[in-house]
Amino acid sequence: MNRERSKRLLPWISTPLILIAFFVAWDLFVRINDVSELVLPPPLTVFESLVEVVTEASTWEHALVTATETIGGFLIALVSGVAVGVVLGKVAWLENSLRPLIVASQVVPKVALIPLFVIWFGFGMTSKVIMSAMLAFFPIMLNVQLGVRSVEAGQREVMRSLNASRWQTFLHLELKSTMPYVFAGLEVGIVFAIIGTIVGEYLGGSEGLGYLVVRTLNELDAPALFAVIILLSVLGLLLYFVVHGLKRFFIPWHESVYGQQDVNR
Amino acid sequence: MPAHSTETLEQDKGAQRAPRPAPAKLELAGIGKEFRTKRTVTQALSGIDLTIGDGEFVSLIGRSGCGKTTLLRMLAGLLSPSSGQILVEGRSLWNGAKVDSSVVSQLGVVFQEANLFPWYSVADNISLPLRLRGDGKEERRERAHELAELVGLKGFENSYPRELSGGMRQRVAIARALSIRPKLLLMDEPFGALDALTRERMNLELQRIALATNATVVFVTHDITEAVFLGDRVVHLTPRPGRIRQVRSIDFDRPRSIDVQTEPAFGAIVRDLRHALDEEG
Ligand SMILES: Nc1ncnc2c1ncn2[C@@H]1O[C@H](COP(=O)(O)OP(=O)(O)OP(=O)(O)O)[C@@H](O)[C@H]1O
Ligand SMILES: [Mg+2]
Repeated sequence: MNRERSKRLLPWISTPLILIAFFVAWDLFVRINDVSELVLPPPLTVFESLVEVVTEASTWEHALVTATETIGGFLIALVSGVAVGVVLGKVAWLENSLRPLIVASQVVPKVALIPLFVIWFGFGMTSKVIMSAMLAFFPIMLNVQLGVRSVEAGQREVMRSLNASRWQTFLHLELKSTMPYVFAGLEVGIVFAIIGTIVGEYLGGSEGLGYLVVRTLNELDAPALFAVIILLSVLGLLLYFVVHGLKRFFIPWHESVYGQQDVNR
Repeated sequence: MPAHSTETLEQDKGAQRAPRPAPAKLELAGIGKEFRTKRTVTQALSGIDLTIGDGEFVSLIGRSGCGKTTLLRMLAGLLSPSSGQILVEGRSLWNGAKVDSSVVSQLGVVFQEANLFPWYSVADNISLPLRLRGDGKEERRERAHELAELVGLKGFENSYPRELSGGMRQRVAIARALSIRPKLLLMDEPFGALDALTRERMNLELQRIALATNATVVFVTHDITEAVFLGDRVVHLTPRPGRIRQVRSIDFDRPRSIDVQTEPAFGAIVRDLRHALDEEG
């Protein structure tokens, strides 16, 4: 009983401890080696800069832009990825004929297309939304495709022996057993969506946290640069945890969810 | 009053029933099945002729790989025969490779594997067949409760399949098959994963249910004692290709108690069948 409880509490104690150790090491490293503030500012300076950045209203406008682009791109990828994944998973000949194309488009470094998108769609949000949608699309689509195929033959036979209609089979079996794959795809997809947005903002435009990174870099304001990176990480974490929370809500029966609970216990 | 106890009342009626009633529930005529793969053709079954009466309990035994599951799958409407005909109450189950779905609807099937749905609780797994046919929530809950008790899983209604042992899962699968009170019950080694005592109890329960509901049962097992204990007839299949080697009538009165197994006549039948299986080598 006591051991179980301490196991559950462990991450709540260990994580702050590790973070503190990290910051102390960082601070010591900077002091001992006398590193220039332009290269690596000490943690306290970064913290001061973070407070400054956070209290500035325009930062939040930038963050809102980045979040909107990411979520927009992610939602597009979600809808199209699930749709295409289901179709390709169900229609074998279509998947066979499109496979070379799919593999090719995965290998192409999509980030290299951003300048093209900027030419086509301008410096606004559209080009970034498309970028993040494109990056998030593939992991979602591929996972859904896998999920549709992975419905167990024995469970299918149960539905057939019960004289279930197509719709019933979809609702009670196919949808349910594809869900874990959808969420596995979404967890990767949201991370890719953020990467797509930020890289998009690096390369073009005047809005978003990615743009702030570039601007602070040009101003050689390393502490502010670090502060923006921290903000980006927090945004990424938030979005990831939203997706993860949805997963825990929708598929509590799946081993990727209950297995985790066992570990945390 | 739970439906369970009305079944117990009906049991006495069942006891006076002739062991092999006249009207044919199932007729297999010249059933054969070939599996073709790229390299090989397997003749899994050949020339199976068998008539099964209404309310009859038929045990199916035979070596591993002799085609028991294949035969059961054809009866369940999951696999079309390569040749021959299956009639359920005089109606053809298969029209070529298409199955007549109205015939399938009164069927309960227990597979060799439990095949539960991990996203549904035990109760929801048990009552899935009722849900598919549109029964109300309250009705389903009650029936699931009753069946969970019947298969010895009282108190586990809200558990999920991952929390059950292999034998418990198989019992959920049995409860699921029974939920619609099927007139025809097809079971593929349903008690293989159970310990000896639970198995004995399940045998008695199955006999009781079959008598009470007057269900026709085709029951595949590896266990000869179980086959003889449960069956009105025991059908012995030989492999490659699967054919009926012999059909043995078992005439002990119903309901049979476990004690019947110690009778000399019972032992003689079991010994006979074991020899026949051994001879296949
Ligand atoms: N889908 C299939 N494709 C090819 N061959 C098959 C297929 N299903 C079964 N067979 C073959 O048909 C034969 C009978 O198989 P079946 O599963 O009916 O045996 P069984 O009597 O149920 O065996 P067991 O007691 O081990 O369950 C086996 O030789 C098997 O290899
Ligand atoms: Mg089998």
